[in-house]
Amino acid sequence: MQNAEQTLDEILTLAAAHFKVPCEKLSPDEDFFKTLGIDSLQTLDLLTKLENHFHVELPDYELQGVSDFRTLAGKIQARL
Amino acid sequence: MPVTTKESKVQEVKSERGSATACAKSTLAWTLSEGVIELALHRAPCNELGSTSLGELEEFVTALERMQDDAHALIIYSEMTPGFCAGADLRELYLRSEAMEKAEAAKGVRDFLERIHRVFNVIDGAPLTTIAAVHGVTFGGGFELALTCDLIISDKMARFCFPELRLGLIPGFGGIPRLKRDLGNAVVRDLLLTGRSFNANKAQQIGLVSQVVGEGEALRAARATAAQLKKFDHATVVAAKRFIKPIPHEELRQEIDLFCELFGSPAVEAGLRRFVENTDAQPYLP
Repeated sequence: MQNAEQTLDEILTLAAAHFKVPCEKLSPDEDFFKTLGIDSLQTLDLLTKLENHFHVELPDYELQGVSDFRTLAGKIQARL
Repeated sequence: MPVTTKESKVQEVKSERGSATACAKSTLAWTLSEGVIELALHRAPCNELGSTSLGELEEFVTALERMQDDAHALIIYSEMTPGFCAGADLRELYLRSEAMEKAEAAKGVRDFLERIHRVFNVIDGAPLTTIAAVHGVTFGGGFELALTCDLIISDKMARFCFPELRLGLIPGFGGIPRLKRDLGNAVVRDLLLTGRSFNANKAQQIGLVSQVVGEGEALRAARATAAQLKKFDHATVVAAKRFIKPIPHEELRQEIDLFCELFGSPAVEAGLRRFVENTDAQPYLP
């Protein structure tokens, strides 16, 4: 099974592709709502992409309070 | 179908293959061509169902009852990028309720529910095969609209949700009886009591969605399915549908009563206010 760092790297790559920004622009620990300027519905889109990619199901209430990719990666990792 | 003004535009277009009909309204438009009725929703931002949408849906179902003898399929889809339909227009519901006395607001809500139930029941029982081609946000009343259809074809980015509990409410547009008709009770409890959203693959796993297709491909797949349906004897299809898809009229009435009972509570007023006034990045989470 892959480790948390690998999961985080994949999430950053997917998010960069999904929101069409350079990967370097995304930091694991910064607030992605501010960095990307996205809203709640766009976050759901990303969640769908991540669920499809990792073949997991992540209830959206687990995202409450999550605003950085590292924490998000931890949530996904816990379901692998 | 382009929309230029709020006035409807009805065009009768005759072709060598037979007559076709098109009608454009401010929140939706429909066409009938080669035996397929297509209802396109186009109210920005995501087809929220308010009083204008309801009025135009009522016009559509009146037209449907005239068109259905010439059709074998109805496809309902959205032209709005964020998704199929985000549900009831909560902003309109909150602002109108706040402007009225409680009793008047309660009456208004019941009237709205009874009207939308009539519309959804017509679509549910229509004597032709109905297909919801969904993408993106398919929440609340939007999910309930999709559930009136015989088939749901979903693109892989669709997301489904009954978030009503987050507002102190239950689904009020017929979602609970129709979910119970289609799914096992454990799944219904999961969806309603957690209020969580779930993706198209999950929806297919639990038996809600008949096909999951690539992003942006739901309408194409729905049209291909409708083309296949043309081959079948119409009277047999109607008889089969009536046999396998009862409309739970009594439970639908009970849902309206329960919704109206809950609507008057302080929790609902607070929930609606919180949703409408929230500027957070995640306003939909409790």
